[in-house]
Order: sequence, then structure tokens, then C-alpha cells
Amino acid sequence: MTTIYVPGDSGARALGAEAVCGAIGREAAARHLDLTVVRNGSRGAYWLEPLVEVEGPHGRLAYGPVRAADVPGLFAAGWLEGGAHRLALGAFESLPWFCGQQRLTFQRVGRTDPCSVADYGANGGYAGLRRALSMDPADIVEQITRSGLRGRGGAAFPTGIKWKTVLGQPPGQKYITCNADEGDSGTFSDRMLMEGDPLSLIEGMSIAGIAVGATQGYIYLRAEYPHAGRTLNRAIAAAYAGGYLGSDVLGSGRRFELEVRLGAGAYICGEETSMLESLEGRRGEVRVRPPLPAVKGLFGCPTVVNNVITLATVPLILARGAEFYAGFGTGKSRGTLPLQLAGNIKRGGLIERAFGLTLRELLYEYGGGSASGRPIRAVQIGGPLGAYVPAAQFDLPIDYEALAASGAMLGHGGIVAFDDTVDMARMARYAMHFCAVESCGKCTPCRIGSTRGVELLDRILAGRGGEHALERLEELCELMLQGSLCGLGGMTPFPVQSALKHFRDDFSAHAQH
Amino acid sequence: MPTSALDREHDVRRILAQYKDRPGPLLEVLHAVQGAFGFIPPEVIGPIAEGLNLSRAEVHGVVTFYHYFRSTPPGRHVLKLCRAESCQAMGADALAAHAEARLGVSLHGSTPDGRFSLEPVYCLGLCACSPAVLLDGEPHGRVTPQRLDALLAQADSGAGGDE
Repeated sequence: MTTIYVPGDSGARALGAEAVCGAIGREAAARHLDLTVVRNGSRGAYWLEPLVEVEGPHGRLAYGPVRAADVPGLFAAGWLEGGAHRLALGAFESLPWFCGQQRLTFQRVGRTDPCSVADYGANGGYAGLRRALSMDPADIVEQITRSGLRGRGGAAFPTGIKWKTVLGQPPGQKYITCNADEGDSGTFSDRMLMEGDPLSLIEGMSIAGIAVGATQGYIYLRAEYPHAGRTLNRAIAAAYAGGYLGSDVLGSGRRFELEVRLGAGAYICGEETSMLESLEGRRGEVRVRPPLPAVKGLFGCPTVVNNVITLATVPLILARGAEFYAGFGTGKSRGTLPLQLAGNIKRGGLIERAFGLTLRELLYEYGGGSASGRPIRAVQIGGPLGAYVPAAQFDLPIDYEALAASGAMLGHGGIVAFDDTVDMARMARYAMHFCAVESCGKCTPCRIGSTRGVELLDRILAGRGGEHALERLEELCELMLQGSLCGLGGMTPFPVQSALKHFRDDFSAHAQH
Repeated sequence: MPTSALDREHDVRRILAQYKDRPGPLLEVLHAVQGAFGFIPPEVIGPIAEGLNLSRAEVHGVVTFYHYFRSTPPGRHVLKLCRAESCQAMGADALAAHAEARLGVSLHGSTPDGRFSLEPVYCLGLCACSPAVLLDGEPHGRVTPQRLDALLAQADSGAGGDE
């Protein structure tokens, strides 16, 4: 029996996977072949998407990038029997791009049938949940703490400490919430995981619920990810049907219910207190902390708020042990990070590696340099609130502390490359513009400051900034940084300040015209 | 989609009955309403407020806070162009200018004949195949101006599919 894997991942769809899938169906029917087609997640090698894999007696062989028009030729070349073809890549897991990676959180993404509980269980799934059900809640939390896992959404707060706070609250209604409002440009690991291995997120949330005594979970998913929503809902239904969710999880007598709630296109709702407001059905305006969500969160109850990648890593830690996970990484950055390489890059995609890889290795060995063939001039790390890092600093290791020490931040692990045609003064304007569009309006430094920043940069770009324009821009950045209520206004200065620091000529260039 | 006021009232009552007892239901209700009508008609704000025991101001405040909710009907086809950094690094600004020129509308606008709406979006999670767009909910990556023209023509002629 031959199985053909055609990714159902949105990125693969965006490159024509639906048409390829249709062509395979038609060709198989015409040839009276009985094939099983699995819509897997993406392997993360987007320059090879749509990447089709054929599994039969000869093993599992990859072909890509496949266009619908290539399909008849692939059948004619005998790809079901491992026949030679110009698109043949051999076994995907032997490609140098892949075999040097350390895929822990993404161990199943691209390999398995995303919503199949049976396939999930046969590939290591549910071992963590089974183990957690046999443990004392405090011991589960202790495992997470010892693993060194930190919040992968961007803030990098130790996950075990957050869970311990929620566990320590008096018994009663508590919640597990998953922040799936992945709004940073250049990031797509949450999307890939939810589309490619949603059951690991569901299992991670169940373990969190059992650990802290919460019976209800919500996944707050951004509206821009409709396909991830459909996949999650199918996976949740399969988990309920299999007894992995509900009033009696795996016959343990423990209850855990889970549902997906949709956001509505507000970047600020990725901030945890704003997300809670939105989950409660209100405007996503940030809350003043304290109280922390772990003490008084959703509907006023103790609440765990974790990112998709954080929660999806939990099952592996329980299954393999805290020491196994902590054995990867460097310093205080333990484990692995699914890095996302995007923008002007030849081989964009997802690379999961232990912390400590340098930017240069990532950009050139994995990424193959810029897509345009021109020199990479800068990268932005950690989304629209992240600093721009100049090429002179590409030997920085990718870990939380090393990047912070150089004035950058790792955030959610997205890295966007720009070639030497980029105008960094325009990118600084965009940072202020984005903040003005997305500000929730609650605090003045963010609401008014971002609009003032756009006005100021517009004058600079038009060559009418005047003598002290850059000093005024620096003052404004300082004010927003010190005075804003949350990270949106408080971090928008980072890309602006880094552009001013490393690429000051781009600003003065406009004054000369 | 032409819907009579009576149908709308009926649909809103059905949606409220389905969601009103769930915790924090307003966003769920608004998603269902926009799913049914394509937008949130101003005249349903009152009934929603009443059904959920909120003030009209609260419901209006939520509708206008979120970029995804719209208060006017969309065009027959909705093109969402990603405007974020990764797509900018791969020519999204030129693509947006091309789309505006071709359709004769600015971002946030609809063509006078109601065929197309053009909307900015900040990241579709397709950053490894920038620039990316969403046309009637379907994702497309590495979109050149020529490819965009082909996609728009295909949508306009009613043909589905890709490639």
C-alpha cells in the first residue's frame, strides 16, 4: 500500500498544494491506483513546498517543489516505486538542511497525520499525559521548572514558576489559556504546529490543567489563521472521541475541557492581559498588573497563559524527563527553539535547534543568503517590536541573554532578513505606524506617541525634519519606553532606536535631498 | 448577500440563543453575525446589546476596536494584502501599489461596482513565502504583480482553483 503525503499546511497551500493534491487524485483515478493521501503538516522547508512524500516498500521519498503540471510526469517516472525524476530529493530526513536540526517540539510536524489520534499515539504522543496522570501535581510543576522551559511567546518567563503560582492559589475555578495570537511578522511556528501537530498542543494543555487543577482550557486563535482553526477543531473533536479530553481524561476521573476562541485582528491581543479581556468578550485593552493573571486572570480566576510552542513542548518534557530537555541549550536558555527564517531569504522556513546557534549560521548555512542575491544588510529579530541587527553583529549566538546584552531580543524566534536596498528610516517609520494602527489607546505614550513618531519621521523622510529632528525622535522613544503601560508602546522604540543607532546615515540621507 | 431586515432579525435571534449562555460571548456572537451577513449591520447592535444585557456603547466599542469586524458590506471578493515587515522585504509595498492601481481603490476601499474589497493585514504567518495575500480566504505566497493580476482575473471570472 502506498501513502502519499501532500501538506495541508497554509504555507504549502499558498504555493499550490491544493492543486497538486487534486492532480494526484485525478492521475491516480485515471491509472486505477488505490492510494492513501495524507494531508500532513509542513516539514518547514518552504522553498521546497509543495513538498510531496511517497511512502511505500522503498521507504519514504520526497519530491519538491511540485507543481500540479508536474504530477503526470511524476507518475510516468514511476515515483510510487522510487523512480528517478528531476524533483526527487531522496529521503527528506537525510537532507543536510534537516538532519542537523534538533526537532523536539516539532518532532512529528510534517511526518504524521495531524488529526489522527492513532498516528499521534504511535509516534510518542500521550506518553507525557499518561505519566502526568500518575504523578502528584507539584511533581509535574517541578519537572517543568527543572527542564528550564521558558515562555516561547517572547517574554521568556520560566513556565514552571508561572504554573507554581497558579497551583498555589486556593482550589476553585482555574483556567489554562493558550495564546495563539501569533501576530509578529516573520513568525509562523505556532501556525505550523497547530496545523501540523495540534494534538501535542492539546496534550500539553491537558497536562497543564492536571498540574494546576484547572478544568477548562481556551485556545485564543487569531482570525488570520482560519485553516489552523479548522485543524484545531478537528483535532479537539478527535481527542474528545478518543477519551483524551472531557469529564474523565483517560479514565482517570480528571476533567479537562477545551475550546478554540477566535480573535478579531488586533495585534495587541497577543499581550496576555489584553488577550484575557478579549476572551471575556471585551475590547482588548491591557490590564494594569498586578494582579498577575496567575492570581487573577480570566473571569477573575487564577489562569495559566502560555504560548503554543511552550505548551506543545510540555508533553515531551513529561515523556522524556526534565533532564533530557535541559540537556539541550546554553546558559539560562535551555532546550530548543523553533526558529523561523523569513523575509528576503533564499531558503525560508522553520529550523529547530538548541539555543546557541549564531545568526550567521542560520542566515547563510540554513537560509542560503538573501533571495535577491544581494548582501543581507540587517535582520529584525522578534517581530515588529524587535531591534534591527546589522550584519556586523551576525556572529551573535541566538540565546535570550546574549541577544538582550546586545540590545536585541529573541521574542518568538522570528528572523526577517533585509537586503541592502532597505531604507532603515522607512522601516523606523513603519514601526511607529504599526504601533499607531494597533495601539489599544489606553495609555497616552503609546496612543499619542506613536502618531507623533509617524509625523516626525514623515518630516524627516521628506527632508523637512530640521536640525534637531533626530534628537526629538530619540526623546520620544525614551518617553514611550518609560511611560507605556505594556510592551506595544514600551517596545516600539526598539526597532526605531536600533535603526538610529546602526543605520543613522539612512536618516540623514533624506535631509540632503 | 441581499438579506431582508426580517431574515436578519431572525438570524440574530438564533445566534444569540446559541451563544448567550456561554462565558464572555460577545466576540463569538459578532463572529457568527459577520459569518452570516459578511459584516455587522449597524441595526443589529441594539438587538445584540439587549440579548447579552450590555449597553449599545459596549457592543459598538467592541465592533470598532477589532480590525476584523466591518460595519459595511464587503465586495464580492476580498483581497487582503500583508503589509508587515517580512512581506515588505520582498516587495509588498510595490504589490500594494499595483493592486490599488489595478482595482482603482485604496486599501480599506471597495470598487464602486462592489466586485472587490482591498484590505491591509498585518501578517498571515506565510512569511517564508513573502509577499503573501489572502484572496477570499485562500492563501497565496510569493505573489508577483503578474500573479496577482491572474488571481484577480480568475476570481472575477468565477473560476476557482490555483495554478
